[in-house]
Amino acid sequence: MSVWARIAGWAALVFGLLYFFVPLAGLFEFSLRARRGVYSFDAYVRVLADPQFQATFSYSVVMALVTIVIGVLIVVPTAFWVRLKMPWARPYVEFLTLMPLVIPAIVIVFGYIRLYNTSSWLPLTGSVFGTNLLLAFGYTILALPYMYRAVDTGLRTIDVATLTEAAQSLGAGWTTILSRVILPNVLPAVLSGAFLTFAIVIGEFTLAALLDRPAFGPYLQRIGANKPYEPFALSVIAFAITWGCLALIQLVSRLQKTTRRPA
Amino acid sequence: MNQAPHTRRPRIPLTWLGLMPFVIFVMLFLVLPTIHIVIGAFQTRDGSFTLQNIIDLNTGTIPSSYWISIKISVASAALGSLIGFAMAAAVVFGAVPRWIKSPLLTFSGVASNFAGVPLAFAFLATFGPVGLVTVLLRNSFGIVLQRDLGFNILSFWGLTITYLFFQIPLMILIIAPALEGLRREWREAADILGASAMQYWRMVALPILFPSLLGTFALLFANAFGAVATAIALTGSSLNIVPIQLFAQIRGDVLGNPNLGYAMAFGMIVITAIANVVYIWLRMRAERWLK
Repeated sequence: MSVWARIAGWAALVFGLLYFFVPLAGLFEFSLRARRGVYSFDAYVRVLADPQFQATFSYSVVMALVTIVIGVLIVVPTAFWVRLKMPWARPYVEFLTLMPLVIPAIVIVFGYIRLYNTSSWLPLTGSVFGTNLLLAFGYTILALPYMYRAVDTGLRTIDVATLTEAAQSLGAGWTTILSRVILPNVLPAVLSGAFLTFAIVIGEFTLAALLDRPAFGPYLQRIGANKPYEPFALSVIAFAITWGCLALIQLVSRLQKTTRRPA
Repeated sequence: MNQAPHTRRPRIPLTWLGLMPFVIFVMLFLVLPTIHIVIGAFQTRDGSFTLQNIIDLNTGTIPSSYWISIKISVASAALGSLIGFAMAAAVVFGAVPRWIKSPLLTFSGVASNFAGVPLAFAFLATFGPVGLVTVLLRNSFGIVLQRDLGFNILSFWGLTITYLFFQIPLMILIIAPALEGLRREWREAADILGASAMQYWRMVALPILFPSLLGTFALLFANAFGAVATAIALTGSSLNIVPIQLFAQIRGDVLGNPNLGYAMAFGMIVITAIANVVYIWLRMRAERWLK
């Protein structure tokens, strides 16, 4: 490796790292400026005390949890079934799970609004509960590529066929097999999919705004238009949550590796 | 002779039933809504077939919004590819210490998902009128971003550099494995045949990497084209790009014709779909070499 290549390499790396960390530093610095002349956490105090923040944030947390449950209920049995009985269908299922990366979220939600309006055969947007449900389904679709890939990778590391036969010969039904044999074995994978889902849902804007639900993303955008420092404090919180989720993914996958090794 | 015992009754194949919950869910909440939009793009208000909506895409501000969107997506994909490639090459080829690679890839996995409202605020706080970098440049170097460099965060370049925050990591994530697939033997073979480093890159490495590079570019393009939240939080409605216009149309039918809204959404699908098909096709070509 020549000296010039080394210098170029360092230059690229340093530039890239600055690119990532300067905006984060800028954001944090700005969020502390609420009191004139000194740095303070005033903006955070004000934001955390805002009942609207509490309401929208807890709404988004609940939404994320519901989305994770729906996602697990749909993805785990499907990925299991495809591995066990229909390996030929895997490319097709995988293709479907990747579609949400191709079709922009704004187009999907546009379809929901027109397809499930009050005059349609399935008037989900007609009631508050129905709209919430539709939003959770939409989030499940957005998280599908990540969730499916995580679970499918998890299933690859275990012997699905043998485990299933063993459970069956002990008299287990499909529900028991899935909930007490397969799920515990792929739990780390499910968890990392779940954390990623959480990170996506908590700050999501497009779906929540267009379905007119009181979620955290639209709230952040709304106060961004009319408050000076609070939105920046909120963004720091949102960043922290996302990084927290992803740190947990790292932790879980590391635990998975250490538990596997003795085998 | 051996008579097969008739303990097995003929079974209707039912394994496919296990896939039904998934298929029905995806149909209801992904496929049908999209098809509804696509069909709507080719219908008049009373439901008969027409191409008028597609033709009408060429009216008003729509062509210019597509054009700006495409330009931003191309610019952020090109710069993202370039910088991401340089960073990935630096860690893969050992120009910087090895241990940096794993944290960098982890970090990229996070940052590549970080499109959204908070990202817009991070860039506003840094390059906005009173942002960290803006103030620093003004006080320490006497450079006023807006006046001296013509830079404004609420503009084409402002949005482009904001998108780069998730474009660069996405590039690193996808191109690093491809770079690792370049075998040492190829380099050695080129050296033995008397090739210079330049010649190796120009005649061996880049041709092999070319499908990966172009494919990733297409993916980055689609990624930027569909981004809504960052754009809306950053520029409000001051920059006329497709997702913002479609957002306004869904909210309040600003075009005055619902089916024209469908046509706009259809246009978005077509563009991201083309980009993704290019990506998948080139990826398959790239994998021939990088096994």
